[in-house]
Amino acid sequence: MPTTRRQFLNLAGGVTVAGTIPIVTLRPLHATPAMLNNAIRNVVGEAQIRTGRVKLDIPPLVENGNTVPMTVSVASPMTADEYVKSIHVFNEKNPQPNIGNFYLTPSSGRAQISTRIRLADTQKVVAIARLSDDTLRQVAADVVVTLAACTEEMN
Amino acid sequence: MAALINVPAKAKRGDVIEIRALTSHIMETGFRHTADGKLVPRDIITSFTCRYNGTEIFRADLFPAIAANPYLSFFTVAKESGKFEFEWIGDNGYSSTASASITVE
Repeated sequence: MPTTRRQFLNLAGGVTVAGTIPIVTLRPLHATPAMLNNAIRNVVGEAQIRTGRVKLDIPPLVENGNTVPMTVSVASPMTADEYVKSIHVFNEKNPQPNIGNFYLTPSSGRAQISTRIRLADTQKVVAIARLSDDTLRQVAADVVVTLAACTEEMN
Repeated sequence: MAALINVPAKAKRGDVIEIRALTSHIMETGFRHTADGKLVPRDIITSFTCRYNGTEIFRADLFPAIAANPYLSFFTVAKESGKFEFEWIGDNGYSSTASASITVE
């Protein structure tokens, strides 16, 4: 029986899929959402994380993932009784899920930090604030990256 | 290593002031390869600390996802005249410091 076009394509497709699986499992080049969750739990613990009060300013579309400006601010009076202890920033798909941990004090006056980060892919960025009563607040933002950072070859 | 520090020279007591610090560093991620396939070893700044007249007012743990020449901006309340000291610590024994003065009226 002659091989039909449909059979041939099915076969070729199967080979391609089978061929790519070992490559994917051998090189977990990017963090996965599970790694993101693990990293968050390693840093902030198991407490419940609620949304609100945290603001993440990051461009929704960046051309160059090598340097992406980012500002995290938290609505807090920053008094000795009620302040932000720390701000933690994570990503979903860089080779490593951590971006930075920033530790504040009541005398910070304003709970806001800025830095420049690298993003290896179009992905989600998560900012979490630990308040003085040890409750956690988070916010997430999606960023589309057209030129990735981190994993390109060196010249 | 060259550092660029931005602290207001003068402030009123109780003002919330912004402090910006930038230092030159490659922040090599440890995830890149050379054209012939060798892994480029990680070389990053892992820790930044700012002290105001000896008291720590801000600290940060940095990871490879921080861009080269790490820039940080944060705030503090101007309490008294004195000195801000900045310290960067990193891989391969890297350490660098900088300072800036402020007059509080």
